[in-house]
Amino acid sequence: MDVTNLTFLFYGYSAAWIVITAFVLLLVSRGRRIDRELSRLKALVDDKQKA
Amino acid sequence: MREKAIWALGLLGAVVMIYNLHTVFLNLPDEAMQGAIYRIIFIHVPAAISAQVFFTVSLVASILFLVKKNHAFDAVAVSCIEVGTMLVLVNLVTGSIWGKSQWGIWWAWDLRMTSQLMCFLLYLGYLVVRPAIAEPTQRATMSAFIAIFAYADIPLVDLAIRLPNVRTQHPGAVLETGQMAPMFIPPFLVGILAVLLISTALVLVRLHQETSQREIDSLRRELHAL
Repeated sequence: MDVTNLTFLFYGYSAAWIVITAFVLLLVSRGRRIDRELSRLKALVDDKQKA
Repeated sequence: MREKAIWALGLLGAVVMIYNLHTVFLNLPDEAMQGAIYRIIFIHVPAAISAQVFFTVSLVASILFLVKKNHAFDAVAVSCIEVGTMLVLVNLVTGSIWGKSQWGIWWAWDLRMTSQLMCFLLYLGYLVVRPAIAEPTQRATMSAFIAIFAYADIPLVDLAIRLPNVRTQHPGAVLETGQMAPMFIPPFLVGILAVLLISTALVLVRLHQETSQREIDSLRRELHAL
């Protein structure tokens, strides 16, 4: 089996999974930020309505 | 319930993907001309096909937004475009590595590759321009026009390897022309299914975030009024 070929195959699949993993991490971090902001604003609105 | 459905879809996609990678790497023989590297087709093409599916959904959603002015359609469009753009990047990167292995060059400015790069840049432009507009309806309207304009590139990507007088470095449509050996077709189709399942789960996660973002905008307005 051609080793150079296998090396490029490894590079190809690694690159694909790196791009997909980076995107998933970006989604997760954005999701956490949105959840935090949503909870903060809900608490603020509740406080203002009580006051 | 909704979160569980997204998890189930993503998990199903991951199982199908692992099963397919097992088949591709351990059961399929090397290709006669290319050796082992041809296996890149099982991620390279499914990524491109899935991206085109999502761009088509985004086109329909953008048109529906312009007609009905319902922000749910705008949320669908941006979610599909974000995941689609990521998939085009996967397609471009894997294609470039495949090209270096087979042609000795990372890139050729032929119609197929250039139009696919244009596709990536057009949709990247959509994602870059979108946050610059603060007012939600104006942002959604402008985004819908950009999405419709960007989609004009998709037929060019498809036609690039089908037009009779265009010579490209990129090979033709192997499935349509019967150039793919029958044993490679089932894992190729399963690969498309796996990428579609995983990326649909990602679109749904992104859609949920967009809905939460709209809730944040409305809470901010409410807070401002109090």
